[in-house]
Amino acid sequence: MTFASLDLNTVWFILIGVLFTGYAMLDGFDLGVGALHLFTDTDEERRVMLNAIGPVWDGNEVWLVTGGGALFAAFPNVYATVFSGFYFAFMLLLAALIFRAVAIEFRSKQPMRWWRQMWDVGFSAGSVLSSLLIGVAMGNIAWGVPVDERGEFAGTFWGLLHPYALLLGVTTVALFMMHGAIYALLKTAGPLHDKLRRWVINCMVFFIICYAVTTMATLLYVPHMAERVRANPWLFSVALVNMLAIANIPREIHLGRDGRAFLSSCLAMAALMGLFGLEMFPNLVLSNPNPAHSLTIYNAASSAKTLGIMLTIALIGVPIVLAYTVSIYWIFRGKVKLDRMSY
Amino acid sequence: MATSLDQPAGRCYDIRMMDVLLLSRIQFAFTVAFHYLYPPLSIGLGIMLVLMEGLWLKTNQPIYHQMARFWTKVFALTFAIGVATGIVMEFEFGTNWATYSRYVGDVFGSALAAEGIFAFFLESGFLAVLLFGWDKVGRKMHFFSTCMVSLGAHFSAIWIVVANSWMQTPAGFRIEGEGLKARAVITDFWEMVFNPSSMDRLFHTLCGAWQAGAFLVVSVSAWYLLRKKHADFARASLRVGLTVGMAASLLQLVSGHSSAGGVAQNQPAKLAAFEGLYETQSRAPLALFGWVDEKSETVRGVEVPGLLSWLVHGDAAKPVKGLREFKPEDRPPVNRSFQYYHLMVAAGFGLIAVAGLGFLYFWRGSLFEKRWLLWLLVFSVLGPQLGNQAGWFAAETGRQPWIVYGLLRTSQGLSEVVKADMVLASLILFGFIYVLLFAVFVYLLNDKIQHGPDAADLMPSGKLALPMKH
Repeated sequence: MTFASLDLNTVWFILIGVLFTGYAMLDGFDLGVGALHLFTDTDEERRVMLNAIGPVWDGNEVWLVTGGGALFAAFPNVYATVFSGFYFAFMLLLAALIFRAVAIEFRSKQPMRWWRQMWDVGFSAGSVLSSLLIGVAMGNIAWGVPVDERGEFAGTFWGLLHPYALLLGVTTVALFMMHGAIYALLKTAGPLHDKLRRWVINCMVFFIICYAVTTMATLLYVPHMAERVRANPWLFSVALVNMLAIANIPREIHLGRDGRAFLSSCLAMAALMGLFGLEMFPNLVLSNPNPAHSLTIYNAASSAKTLGIMLTIALIGVPIVLAYTVSIYWIFRGKVKLDRMSY
Repeated sequence: MATSLDQPAGRCYDIRMMDVLLLSRIQFAFTVAFHYLYPPLSIGLGIMLVLMEGLWLKTNQPIYHQMARFWTKVFALTFAIGVATGIVMEFEFGTNWATYSRYVGDVFGSALAAEGIFAFFLESGFLAVLLFGWDKVGRKMHFFSTCMVSLGAHFSAIWIVVANSWMQTPAGFRIEGEGLKARAVITDFWEMVFNPSSMDRLFHTLCGAWQAGAFLVVSVSAWYLLRKKHADFARASLRVGLTVGMAASLLQLVSGHSSAGGVAQNQPAKLAAFEGLYETQSRAPLALFGWVDEKSETVRGVEVPGLLSWLVHGDAAKPVKGLREFKPEDRPPVNRSFQYYHLMVAAGFGLIAVAGLGFLYFWRGSLFEKRWLLWLLVFSVLGPQLGNQAGWFAAETGRQPWIVYGLLRTSQGLSEVVKADMVLASLILFGFIYVLLFAVFVYLLNDKIQHGPDAADLMPSGKLALPMKH
């Protein structure tokens, strides 16, 4: 296998990977902040946590919308098979995301204790469930799902909840919690900051245990997800980058460099997604059993003309998006200060 | 709502499939109708915010700053629900209409991807500055952000209406493969974007959205005047709202006429259903209101002879195609299309009348004292919502039995693997969540309105207090 033959289908495989990686890095931290939300003690702490993600969570979720749209456009067969096949899981994901969005908006609108607690639980439960379902979906894609000869999903909802998928679900929750805790460090000061420093360590322990179990389970039970790295030892460098990035997080936190810790966490996520993509390529949905029915970047793709048009759209749009996304993060840099416009 | 009569070979339809079709259509109609309460408000209020903030920059009058601040809060509320319910729509194409998604992905997908990249990122990114950036950036930068949010909202309308218009009047594609493998493949991107109905329908959709935003401002302002609260704020808001509302309503009349002309040309079965016209005839009548008896193929109601021919062709003597030209299985549900369409038209004319009365009494100088008129203005907020909903129901019902006009039947677009009980479960789930969501929305909107504009916003502070640099 060489990567020199870079055709449009491969480019779109990479671009969709980039979109979902962007989603994981960005919405990952606000889902993680949501998962940690109930561990805070006072109303003020909860408001600080919410306002840490307040100006950006909406934009972060757009990465999922755009990733979904790009998947629809570039690989309609994958979009159709996965979305109809994972029907109930996606309906639950939608319900969780809606609850979460509504909770963020509405919590601050009334001062009553019961009102705020209700939305706090909604926000946290919605965040955990969303992260879990995203991980379960990834787990199923890695494990492979039953696909029939027409390319339709041939399994059941309960069949999606096998141990390996659930393991990836829990690992994703752990990863997002760690990522969210580090992001919250960037946005807080004083006692809450000190508290969060302890949480980051706990989250890291939780994540590293999950990560180790997932890695072992993958090597033992899902050997096709390690095949390419085994065949091309130089690709092991991606795994190495991932491990070094994770190892670097506690070091940066110890040195008080929260920003670098966050970048390390982002790099770890990118390397994980990179490994995932390398092992999946050129499959998008692996058929298990009967790999002959797999949906690949060729048999599931739109025409070359559409892929070309979309590449033009992406080349015009993405640099602009990146430019103002960075500007907006820059405008809202620094620690959270509560004022009357806050959540 | 039966499945199509000429079923494709190799596929077996039974009663359970029909349930899936019915339930999937109900779910899509319910979720999209609920979703569409909010985007027109965001688009319309977006324009209102640009105007208010622009007026503030130009005149330096703090009342405009206060207006922009208050309406931004209402905007945030509608935007949040719009985003949350919008993700559902994007997912539902794949979850419930997988065969349709495979069929149109090559064409429809690029519009959806463009919407994500050009519209949603712009909108949600700058929303952060609009909502939370009042003290963090200068006035000009804030105004720029407001413009970008509004532009993003308009972009999203462009791409989604282009995609929907392609389903009404497909262009710039060819069909590859046969039977179950058939799919539309793009041949000319710009022909797809500028398909025969897209520009008319885009303008029509945008006018409806501007009306929705403007009449919300009008309604709340009239309420304050009736309650004798925030009088200066209410008068200034009412002036801006009524001006935009009037302009949008008149533009809507022009755009509605142009859209209907397009429907007559491109989707004659739809136009015939809108008017309950069965027999092709010259001097075709326009029904002002009525009831279509689909069995006897007659319309009972008040008709103006020749008006339909005149509106479509500019000549009362020319013929308009009737429904009998189409096989029964290719006709949309006639009475429903008729009623939705007439409801929309009634809402459109009603809004022109209301805005006209408002202008008349404003010109006479007694608008702010006429209580009956202020009450009418309070309820005018329902007009655009009624018109927008009825209009979309007319557009989508009138396209039936096709999901892509003339190419793919709605009954053929379903997901193969999704069963009736699954759709029923998700429909109940959405029903529950949306009822809750709507209750919370009404409660919070009411709360904001009762709270009213902040007196503190009359004295802009921090960076906002700086005089403009020229």
